[in-house]
Amino acid sequence: MSDFMEKLATLRDAKDFTGLIDAIPYARLMGVEMLEDEAGELLFQLPFAERNVGNTVLPALHGGLIGGFLENAALLHLIWHRESLEAPKIVDFSLDYLRSGRPQTLFARCEITKQGKRVAHVLIEAWQEDRRKPVAVARAHFLLTQ
Amino acid sequence: MTATPANPQVLETMSKLFVSLPHCATLGFQYLGTEGRRPVLKVEWREDLVGNPASGTIHGGVITSLVDTTSAVSVTACLPDFETIATLDLRIDYLKAATPGKAIYCRAECYRLASQIAFTRAVCYHDDPADPIAHGVATFMRESSRASMLQEPKP
Repeated sequence: MSDFMEKLATLRDAKDFTGLIDAIPYARLMGVEMLEDEAGELLFQLPFAERNVGNTVLPALHGGLIGGFLENAALLHLIWHRESLEAPKIVDFSLDYLRSGRPQTLFARCEITKQGKRVAHVLIEAWQEDRRKPVAVARAHFLLTQ
Repeated sequence: MTATPANPQVLETMSKLFVSLPHCATLGFQYLGTEGRRPVLKVEWREDLVGNPASGTIHGGVITSLVDTTSAVSVTACLPDFETIATLDLRIDYLKAATPGKAIYCRAECYRLASQIAFTRAVCYHDDPADPIAHGVATFMRESSRASMLQEPKP
């Protein structure tokens, strides 16, 4: 277990969402926010920021940014729900773009489909104003052992 | 025989446009040029792009953006004329951890340009494309919007 994972675990146990995001420089640069809804489910959100744009005409969020946001959400979701303090390592990430990301807040929710001894499978869904109209869906595999 | 860009003007204009988009400018993407129809982009290691401060490794999301952007440029190297394209899907395999402090390069190629879909593959590496950090495949919709990406944004 690294000092970094120990720090993340402390922040997690204190439910210090801002502290968790601030511990990951790129998540902070994107402007990610993290919270727990009324049902106690983790919700990730990315308020609109000009620096995240990938098409200035539409305008639309950059597809790569949406990918980074979802990948980061999956990692934090996994750390949040795991007992072990080994850092999960991303193996692969697959992302389907369904709608362009408009200049609005982007939301994401994750689901751990399977957590085995060595590998975890996480589904991620992103949407904006209407949960039934996803902007992107993704899945990631993480390696859990070193 | 090395293929040349289908329309050098399209490639030149679109490569400049893609790296100048706000998100790409934020990450500091640089377009280094295109060999045949395979463009190469570069991102310098930067502290604010790190995903794990304990190791200093660049966040996977930066690699995702780099693959997406370089792959999009590779499509424009095959386009006969200007058109708007949009990523349909993307898959990244993280082959090994990136080395902290080192710049990451991405080289992409569009290996099939169909009438409606473009298919691409890309590798990210530090020194040698044969020793990659990540491998990415993507598909792009062609003519994804009637609005040209070249227009100035409305005030």
